[in-house]
Amino acid sequence: MNYILIIGAKSDIARAIAKKYAENGYNLYLAARKSDELQNFANNIKIRNQREVVCLDFDVLDYNIHQSFYDSLSVKPIGVISVVGYLGIQEKAEINFNETKKIIDTNYTGVVSILNVVANEFQKNKSGFIAAVSSVAGDRGRRSNFVYGSAKSALTTYLSGLRNKLYDYNIRVLTIKPGFVATKMTTKLDLPKILTAQPEQVAEDIFKAHQKEKNIIYTKWFWKWIMLIIKCIPEFQFKKMDL
Amino acid sequence: MKIKSWGNYPLNNSNNLNFGNEEDLKTIIDNNNQLIPFGNGRSYGDSALSKNIINIKPHNYFLSFEESDGILHVQSGVLLSEIINIFVPKGWFLKITPGTKLITIGGAIASDVHGKNHHIEGCFSECVKEFNLMLPSGEIVACSKTENLELFRATCGGMGLTGIILDAKIILKKIYSKNINQITIKTKNLKETFEAFEKYKEKPYSVAWIDCLAKQDNIGKCILMVGDFDDDGDLNYAKKNRLNIPFNFPSFVLNSLSVKLFNWFYYRKVIKLVSNKKVDLDTFFYPLDGIKNWNRIYGKNGFTQYQFILPLKTSYLGLEEILKTISLSRKGSFLAVLKLYGKSNENYLSFPMEGYSLALDFKIEKGIFKLLDEIDQIVLKYKGRIYLSKDVRVSNETFEKGYPFIDKFRSLRIKFKMNKKFNSLQSTRVKI
Repeated sequence: MNYILIIGAKSDIARAIAKKYAENGYNLYLAARKSDELQNFANNIKIRNQREVVCLDFDVLDYNIHQSFYDSLSVKPIGVISVVGYLGIQEKAEINFNETKKIIDTNYTGVVSILNVVANEFQKNKSGFIAAVSSVAGDRGRRSNFVYGSAKSALTTYLSGLRNKLYDYNIRVLTIKPGFVATKMTTKLDLPKILTAQPEQVAEDIFKAHQKEKNIIYTKWFWKWIMLIIKCIPEFQFKKMDL
Repeated sequence: MKIKSWGNYPLNNSNNLNFGNEEDLKTIIDNNNQLIPFGNGRSYGDSALSKNIINIKPHNYFLSFEESDGILHVQSGVLLSEIINIFVPKGWFLKITPGTKLITIGGAIASDVHGKNHHIEGCFSECVKEFNLMLPSGEIVACSKTENLELFRATCGGMGLTGIILDAKIILKKIYSKNINQITIKTKNLKETFEAFEKYKEKPYSVAWIDCLAKQDNIGKCILMVGDFDDDGDLNYAKKNRLNIPFNFPSFVLNSLSVKLFNWFYYRKVIKLVSNKKVDLDTFFYPLDGIKNWNRIYGKNGFTQYQFILPLKTSYLGLEEILKTISLSRKGSFLAVLKLYGKSNENYLSFPMEGYSLALDFKIEKGIFKLLDEIDQIVLKYKGRIYLSKDVRVSNETFEKGYPFIDKFRSLRIKFKMNKKFNSLQSTRVKI
């Protein structure tokens, strides 16, 4: 009866992850806002894989309920995967602080709030697995999405520290850095096909990285090298570029 | 986008339309006409081809299953094979299944498919408890034998011409084994074949392969396979590797000589007149699904399946005449399937009626449509009808004469404005 808790379970990447884990014998908690909209999806993987799949109402911005949410889980999960993400609109964020705050709080503050709860609980039992979807956008600030990028960057740093701390407690922390992924979040962007992953590929990479106890993965794999190059560009040059 | 059905003929230029949710679907229906739902592309001819096709297959959620009564609720894009993979190990099987499991639930309803147990269980609609149908207006209605009966009667067998089937509740049957006890009976001519069908009528499943190149006294010789599920408790059902036909065979590969050779071997493979064997359900129900892309053996020009049914009273004479005609034409196919059917249902366009049906594959080649037109006339003479799910060429006259409820179907289409929205190449040709 091993449960995985997926936070932000409505996204396309989360759904692909849910499928992948159910196919590999895990039961699932799917946490999202208006989780009843996930019911058909949940029933489908439940019947196809003969696993337990439970939909739970959860709002990543409602920090006050995060502890009680976790306490209410009757069977505690052996692993938690955060797929929370809000791309937002950069131009809007620059003139409207509410948008900026929403981007930061969704991608960073909210995720930290729930992962703090999870980390403390796992630490007590000296076991568990934590993964969170960050982004290649957090590797370097760019004019096109630096509010989102900075929130993801903070998350990456948080995960790095968490990994460091929980190492002594036998708890693995995985940072996932997807590049372009073809999802509802990115439908309006014109993504280069060759660089764009399908959600299923991302889920596959995450599952493998979990099994192999990796620390940080880029998906698709070549983003590691693309980002390495981007990070190597000297700032005096980088500031002139339009990326 | 170029779209073909299973017969690889015709090749049609279609807009491929996808929808996410019901609202999207409504918008698609509002903004287009010449629409037809498209499932897994396994109907043979042009019944799922049109200017605009709506892709149903991505909508393949399993929604619920009631262990107590075996009622499974699925979206209409679920394949029968998916149901089998999940439910056979739990001791459930489709109450009615056609000769391929690679079709969607929506397609199964729209063709009101039937199987080897038609003489006992009837058509697929017998195991459909209820389905939700989106009408041209965008309204979604539940249809069953107790609710919106006329839409139920029209949609089961209605070839997708009444709207979009969104999801359905179907009744599964309990099984205690994945194996079938099969009896194989070899006959020498049509008379013996009919006697054998009659003799084994009580068996739940039956079907015959018939050698349509046989001549004179041997016309109608067949290998009849009948059977029923075993109860040995073996539910260990696993996916198998499938052979694949990687490319279209050159069209000369299938000719009267090679078909004759195949038939010769196939007939002689069975040595005894009556033999017993235990086979698994895939071998029994879905022999051709074991070979991926088997339609490619007919070459790139494609093929068509001609399936007709004759009433019990005229079956013998009619079949004799048709088999003679085919034998003389030397265009026989090596997959000719004969079956005894049970009573017809009240669905407006369902194919089955009590009598014998024969299905034959023909490579698309010169002269083939002329031959089929000729056979049409014999079918009509003996009061038979043609199966739309297989058809790609039948004329409006031939079609109409076979289906007495066609006017009911047409007026229902007009009443709900289905004729303004949903049309296939086939429905336009036969003026449904």
